Amino acid sequence: MFSIIRSMWITFMHMFHKRETIQYPEEKVKLPPRWRGRIVLTRDPDMGERCVGCYLCAAACPVDCISLQATEDEHGRRYPNFFRINFSRCIFCGFCEEACPTLAIQLIPDFEMGEYNRQNLVYEKHELLIDGPGKYPGYNYYKVAGLAIQGKGKGEAMNESEPVDVKSLMP
Amino acid sequence: MKLFPHLWIVVGVLGGLLLVAPGLIWLERRMLALWQDRYGPNRAGPFGLLVVLADTLKLFFKEDWIPPFADKFVFVVAPAIVVVTVLLSFVVIPFAPGIIVADLNIGVLFFLAMSSMGAYSIILGGWASNNKYSLLGAMRGAAQMISYEVFMGLALMGVVLQAGSFSLHTIVEAQHKIWFIVPQFVGFVIFLIAGIAETHRLPFDIPEAESELVAGFHSEYSGMKFGLFFVGEYLGIMLISSVITCLYFGGWIGPAFLPPVVWFIIKMFAFIIFFILLRASLPRPRYDQLMEYGWKFLFPLTLVNLLVTAGILLYMKS
Repeated sequence: MFSIIRSMWITFMHMFHKRETIQYPEEKVKLPPRWRGRIVLTRDPDMGERCVGCYLCAAACPVDCISLQATEDEHGRRYPNFFRINFSRCIFCGFCEEACPTLAIQLIPDFEMGEYNRQNLVYEKHELLIDGPGKYPGYNYYKVAGLAIQGKGKGEAMNESEPVDVKSLMP
Repeated sequence: MKLFPHLWIVVGVLGGLLLVAPGLIWLERRMLALWQDRYGPNRAGPFGLLVVLADTLKLFFKEDWIPPFADKFVFVVAPAIVVVTVLLSFVVIPFAPGIIVADLNIGVLFFLAMSSMGAYSIILGGWASNNKYSLLGAMRGAAQMISYEVFMGLALMGVVLQAGSFSLHTIVEAQHKIWFIVPQFVGFVIFLIAGIAETHRLPFDIPEAESELVAGFHSEYSGMKFGLFFVGEYLGIMLISSVITCLYFGGWIGPAFLPPVVWFIIKMFAFIIFFILLRASLPRPRYDQLMEYGWKFLFPLTLVNLLVTAGILLYMKS
């Protein structure tokens, strides 16, 4: 009997507590920096595209919402010819971000993507690509990779030693 | 000669009740939200009041579905019974001196009779639905209402003994010196508990029990038929609140700076809010616990209360 009155009293005193509700359109929710929201494609610090079109994100995607076509420019850099994410299918699991070897595809804290037309939820590459490095400033894939592209030969990447001449006996 | 003003009272009481009953949806949602650290409906109109209109319009536009396996006539009649009986009970409630539809000299008995008739609504609704969950809910509702009816009536007898009348008007008049909650505190507590069970509100919403019986007796109902059950429930809350106000809290009696009817409404709403607080804070007992509590604890307590009241009154007289 006492516990009933006590629980009623506790409930009653909640009247004077702070409200938990966030009045959404006027008041925005504070999202943590690692929140998995809208997907973007980032650029490296030299403003080159990070994506090398390896298809790993498309392979990792459990709902098959990513489609792309890889191609190569005249400098030997691979990049996606088109890159398309269907956000009406995307479940924001972040597997694509985990799979990406070049830190190109990233999920950012933004969820306000509502559309009246379902077709508008299909984002093309120019809508996905942002002019910045996203969560990883300073990382440039081609600067640390061994692949030779125009302007950077074999052995010229960061922390990379000169290529070994396998036809020589000298150490 | 006095027909015309009397008609005004009838229309006013009926209109007021039917206006306030849906408004209680808003009140309940706002109060529940308040006690759960939320805001509740606050977008449509001032303080979200237009949510009542939206709810009502939505109910009107819902498909009015009668299941093919239901007993059609009974199915249609059942929701009306609860509203009609509760509205009839309001006939004997004195809102203020002069504002009463019919001052019956057996007002309390009329109220008890009408609120018992409300049980038919549940039983017939559950039976006509031809659905096992509805039937279970109806059975529980019937058993609960009948058993709590017993000491609801007996708890009232203490007040009737002290006031010496069955008329609610006379009972209120008898409280000018002291409200009956003081001498009849035990009776008040029992009547309150029985009243909650009578309106089958939480924590005694065993006929509905949405976590066990889907929605109990009204799970097959939709549209305005469901709406009638809903309005009936809210009218029931208002009825029990106003009866408690009349019997134990001096009805319209209060300091003179407010008109009597305002005092009545303030007291009534205090109890309505108390009903909502109960819903916000208490869990539902099991069915057998409810029955055991009623018959083994409340019933003897009521009899003792009645006996002691009668004894004291006889002693005072001699």
